[in-house]
Amino acid sequence: MSVWQYANPVKFLHLSGKIVPTLAVISTVCLVAGLFWGFFLTPDDYKQGSTVKIIYIHVPSALVAINAWFMMLVASLIWLIRRHHVSALASKAAAHVGVVMTMIALVTGAFWGQPMWGTWWAWDPRLTSFLILFLFYLGYIALWAALDNPDTAADLTSVLCIVGTVFAVLSRYAVNFWNQGLHQGATLSLDKEENISDVFYFPLLLAIAGFVLLFIVLTLVGTRAEIRQRRAAALLARTKG
Amino acid sequence: MIALLLRDLRLAFRAGGGFGLSLAFFLIVVVLVPFGVGPEMALLSRIAPGILWVGALLACLLSLDRIFALDFEDGSLDLLATSPLPTEGIVTVKAIAHWITTGLPLVMIAPVLGVLLGLPQQGYYWIILSLALGTPALSVIGTFGAALTVGIKRGGLLLSLLVLPLYVPTLIYGAELARRGTLGMDTITPMLMLAGITCAVTALLPFASAAVLRINLR
Repeated sequence: MSVWQYANPVKFLHLSGKIVPTLAVISTVCLVAGLFWGFFLTPDDYKQGSTVKIIYIHVPSALVAINAWFMMLVASLIWLIRRHHVSALASKAAAHVGVVMTMIALVTGAFWGQPMWGTWWAWDPRLTSFLILFLFYLGYIALWAALDNPDTAADLTSVLCIVGTVFAVLSRYAVNFWNQGLHQGATLSLDKEENISDVFYFPLLLAIAGFVLLFIVLTLVGTRAEIRQRRAAALLARTKG
Repeated sequence: MIALLLRDLRLAFRAGGGFGLSLAFFLIVVVLVPFGVGPEMALLSRIAPGILWVGALLACLLSLDRIFALDFEDGSLDLLATSPLPTEGIVTVKAIAHWITTGLPLVMIAPVLGVLLGLPQQGYYWIILSLALGTPALSVIGTFGAALTVGIKRGGLLLSLLVLPLYVPTLIYGAELARRGTLGMDTITPMLMLAGITCAVTALLPFASAAVLRINLR
């Protein structure tokens, strides 16, 4: 039993078909509970008032947006090295979820910035690098859409993903150098004693779990749809030929 | 490799078109900016380094799809790919030829256009230096984008979408170097970073470009 057996589309469809409904339910429960707890049962921040509650959408979506790209990087590497089609299709599916998450993070950030900083947008390093990440997602998706041959498309987008990762990281540091920030430091990190007050911390964790599960569910569903589409195209080609 | 370089250069110079076109585009961008932001010389001279950099970048972008498109259409790219020359060598030569026909003229014309924008005296030196350091990176990165989109019909717009995010670090350090130099500030950090980017992409990116070119010619 190795994880590679799920590179077989049939086995992948079988397993993912079984776990998707469960994951979807858990994700919904986490999201509803986390957001409800966060929105209605936590006190207002003494400085930020009730605007602090945007954190329950902003932080999880930003976290998912960045990690979705890294998941795509890993999936692209697997495709280039081991040539498992499921991997390439998972990367494609993840990109569509990732770009939406990036947009959510940018938009909620703007809503938060307006009352707190007095501006919808600032050329702050974090904001700017997120915008650049958004552009990378757009380019990646556009390249998938532009190519007819699925194998060529998978190859080219994988290389683009790898090169793009290097440049995205480079841009992150370049932007840091270019302008000083308005955005606060990281809210959550693993090596700090206390991150934020526990009152906000637990609903936030719940919301993050919900978003991550949501990403996994949507990516699995997207991958399943891609596999089925590929299969339908193959059938069509066979009946024609 | 040298024969290929000479062939590309000869084609570019004799066939005309692309060679002068990006220069003219650069000129027009720079001329349009004062119409957009107003003729105040104080404002213009402050933003001049940035405008020159963005203009050079766009002019460079405009000529990218020519790198492989013509050779791909008439089949000479397939011949090149089957020649003993490694694909990495081909893309490097293509990038060098693109830089000589596009990057170098842009570097040389930039100070002239700086006059139009009221670039301060000491800025001429820095704009030439920063563009000379940065445009090779633009050509090499652009060659990667061109190799990615070589098989796509009407891929010009897609090419821009793919290449522009990759240009961000080069643009930031290049424009920052020109700006700091013009203002007489410390320039060592952006200069080293810009030179580092150029060296790194020239050394590494041809491998990625060659890989995608091989995929496209499969």
